[in-house]
Amino acid sequence: MEYYLKTPIPKEKLEEIKIGDIIYLSGIIITARDEAHLKALELHKKGEKTPVDFEGVGLFHCGPVMKKDEEGNWLVVAAGPTTSARMEIFEDEFIKAFHPAIIIGKGGMGDRTAKACQEEKCLYAAFTGGAALLAANRIKRVKEVHWLEELGMPECLWVYEVEEFGPLTVTIDTHGNNLTENVKHNVMKNKEKIIKNLKVEV
Amino acid sequence: MVNLEQIIEDTATQLLRIAATVLPTEVIQELEKSNEKTKGELGKSQFKAILENVKIAKEQSKPICQDTGLVAFFVRIGDQFPIRSKIKEILVNATKRATKEVPLRPNAVDMFEGNTKNNVGLRGYVPWFYFDLVEGDKLEIIAMPKGGGSSNVGKLKMLPPGKGLKGVMEFVIEAVSQAGSLGCPPYTVGVGIGGGEDMCMNIAKKALLRPLHQRHPDERIAKIELKLLEELNKLGIGAMGLGEGPTVLDVHIELAARHPASLPVGVVISCWALRHAGATIDANGNVEWHPH
Repeated sequence: MEYYLKTPIPKEKLEEIKIGDIIYLSGIIITARDEAHLKALELHKKGEKTPVDFEGVGLFHCGPVMKKDEEGNWLVVAAGPTTSARMEIFEDEFIKAFHPAIIIGKGGMGDRTAKACQEEKCLYAAFTGGAALLAANRIKRVKEVHWLEELGMPECLWVYEVEEFGPLTVTIDTHGNNLTENVKHNVMKNKEKIIKNLKVEV
Repeated sequence: MVNLEQIIEDTATQLLRIAATVLPTEVIQELEKSNEKTKGELGKSQFKAILENVKIAKEQSKPICQDTGLVAFFVRIGDQFPIRSKIKEILVNATKRATKEVPLRPNAVDMFEGNTKNNVGLRGYVPWFYFDLVEGDKLEIIAMPKGGGSSNVGKLKMLPPGKGLKGVMEFVIEAVSQAGSLGCPPYTVGVGIGGGEDMCMNIAKKALLRPLHQRHPDERIAKIELKLLEELNKLGIGAMGLGEGPTVLDVHIELAARHPASLPVGVVISCWALRHAGATIDANGNVEWHPH
């Protein structure tokens, strides 16, 4: 199934979507990688506010290449997804603290994230890794930037307005399914078989 | 008089631009073939996105991927080439320039001082250089930026020599299966066997520069390359790890002598965007761009 969604996305809508479905997302997505996750969670624990509201929008695992035009406006040069697995160690906390609707990245995420997605009604969807210009073309406006000085260009929070951002392949749905884990399980089974039958002839 | 230093700097800057923005023709062709071979819609959608993205990158001269990599140069210096000791400084300047001009993403992070914002490390190691001294009056430079995602899935193992070639092959299969979806497959896999713990990684990385489907001159190694290619493609990781389409585009092995007590194996994995660009400069400043 293909879905064209607009942020903020209601939870009921998210519950309709299954692994293997494709999403094109319009509205707001906010970039956050390792450092931004850590900083946002630290603020949350102290009871302080983050400069942006993640609720109902897309959280994008991405460290873009940006540049300023002559008038000082930010332009997106390249903005593909980064490997999401690095965020596995704190993504469940992040989902519980900030309630994003869709996490966008590449390479899929693990059990902890899938569990939080099920409990809090959140999706994980993969954008094709390395397809940084396709992604950049769907970003219509750079709305805000936060923590740029402190964290640097790849790690800070970029707030983008996007139009039909995708194709995003859903690999974690709100029902506890995880496509990446399914593939991984298969790969490990195949690997055992390959190694068992491996013959060396030179 | 030609300003040879300037020519080297300009050439290296341009090589970093080409590497970041134009995928080598042979890689594009291989990805097109992979697309044709892929049956499932999920896998096909990934190749479609990849190929469209590569096309836009070339047309707009923009980086294929936002991760423009950690910069490394393979440099072969002719013993008669007029500039030698200054080459490092010139290539460092080219890296700073390319960061602004292409632009490249600032990817050099100091443990204590943070991102250096110019892709040059504060402690003299980044960009990284592989220097080789050769006969003649030419200078060959290959720029090879490598992304973090696929670097993170590289692996080293010091095998007990008793495990032999079978142990080596098992480890390569293990390494790629663990890389799974994380390093942007389909992968090109470089394998270094022998040397010490650092040397096997070094030659594994160099192996990635060999043209796709060009086999190792030693037939025995060539045979293992083909065998590994076949077996790795049975893993079922597929395009971007979604389980459909090829997992590996090619496998290249480099072999070095080993210590009697060690059997080091290095596995260096490239994402689908196997990026590099090279040129040769002669003593008169003529630049010959390598086929790309």
